[in-house]
Amino acid sequence: MLSVFWAVLQRDLWLAFRQRGAVAHQLLFFVLVVVLFTLGTNADPALLVASAPAIVWMAVLLSLLLSLQRLFQMDHEDGTLDQYRLSPEPLAVIALAKVLAWWTASALTLVIAAPLIGLLLGVPLAATWAMLASLALGTPTLSIVGAIASALTLSLPRAGLLLSLLVFPLYVPVLIFGSGAMHAAIVGLPYVGALELLGALLALAISLGPWAIAAALRVGQY
Amino acid sequence: MSHSPVMRWLHRFGSLPYFYRVSRIWAWCLALPGLAMAGYGVYAGLAIVPPDYQQGDVFRIIYIHVPSAWLSLFGYTAMAAAGVVALVWRLKIAEIFIIAAAPVGASFTFVALVTGAIWGEPTWGTWWVWDARLTSELILLFLYLGVIVLHQAIESPRTAARACALLAVVGVVNVPIIHYSVVWWNTLHQGSTVRPLGGSTMETDMLVPLLVSALGFTLIFGWLTLWRMRAQLLWRERRSRWVTRMIDNER
Repeated sequence: MLSVFWAVLQRDLWLAFRQRGAVAHQLLFFVLVVVLFTLGTNADPALLVASAPAIVWMAVLLSLLLSLQRLFQMDHEDGTLDQYRLSPEPLAVIALAKVLAWWTASALTLVIAAPLIGLLLGVPLAATWAMLASLALGTPTLSIVGAIASALTLSLPRAGLLLSLLVFPLYVPVLIFGSGAMHAAIVGLPYVGALELLGALLALAISLGPWAIAAALRVGQY
Repeated sequence: MSHSPVMRWLHRFGSLPYFYRVSRIWAWCLALPGLAMAGYGVYAGLAIVPPDYQQGDVFRIIYIHVPSAWLSLFGYTAMAAAGVVALVWRLKIAEIFIIAAAPVGASFTFVALVTGAIWGEPTWGTWWVWDARLTSELILLFLYLGVIVLHQAIESPRTAARACALLAVVGVVNVPIIHYSVVWWNTLHQGSTVRPLGGSTMETDMLVPLLVSALGFTLIFGWLTLWRMRAQLLWRERRSRWVTRMIDNER
């Protein structure tokens, strides 16, 4: 089972590396969204710092949503997903490996780019650590929950829009605690509690999520 | 395994023609008492119950707001339970229940949110505030709408129902969050007043119409869902023999 996990992880990481243009596009989108938000306010520094948690987290959410379709699409189109469904190995393990590879390619780049965004928004140093920690804890949960919705909307028309509609209500707890941690750090309040709650959500997502993803992948395919 | 009378009675509901026949009587048995109880509850709330010492007459909207809110949670939990049944045992009747209950639950959620806003304006001074309970109830509305939208997007009815069942099960995490939101966060919405195991902090003459109204609304929920289930059932099975025979007999 572990060898299957490792094999799928390696394969998906190689495929993502071959398509590193897509990763670069997503990074560019992330930066552009933040810049547009900034230009949408009147660039008052106090206002920017106060709304930095919201801006950063919304930019992360939107960037992840745009590349969620990529998670299963290629495998669905060339039949690899059918082979995964038929294999004797647990589909949940394969799904978790794919989500981990996707998170490394997509979300991890955003987390690494986040301090630069923090600089643009004038986020103080202590809050930058809170931002990194909250993103590092929150984005895996977003990946797993997003994978469930992505698997449900796999071959539908207007899948991107439908995916966003389905996934936004499920993203709200991570958003609230993630931006709450950042906001507390900016104001100078303790933020470890929010990070612990993010960790709890991650534990819930990792333990139950893969089974939901496998069930979603099997919907409509008996 | 299915020898006992109870199990045999339960197994009958797997049969769609039997369910269709029986649900007609049930729907009326739910509708009449439900409308009567809800009507009495609302009437008593408006005319009989004394005014609140603090809020005066404004609080009377509680007789619609609280039952609707309870039903929005009850509806989603029922959808999630039916979702588990649909995914594990693949019973068509469970799938049809989820699709039928979603708009009814969404309507009750909407009524709860709107009556809450109407109540909040004179008492809190604002139509809306992003406190924990209101926000999580709004998320519940979006979860209901997500189920409805997903069902409309998928062509095959059985695949659509299974996808909605999965979404209902995944989203049920929100229901305990709503229920405990007033315990975990100390924001604007007040804490729970009605406790089922005794110790409610509401006067009996105010509490009884509330409970009657809540029971009435629950029966109305059941009636509306059954009505929608019957329509769904007919549409889904429109090419099967029992439906075509029934239509021919009625002509």
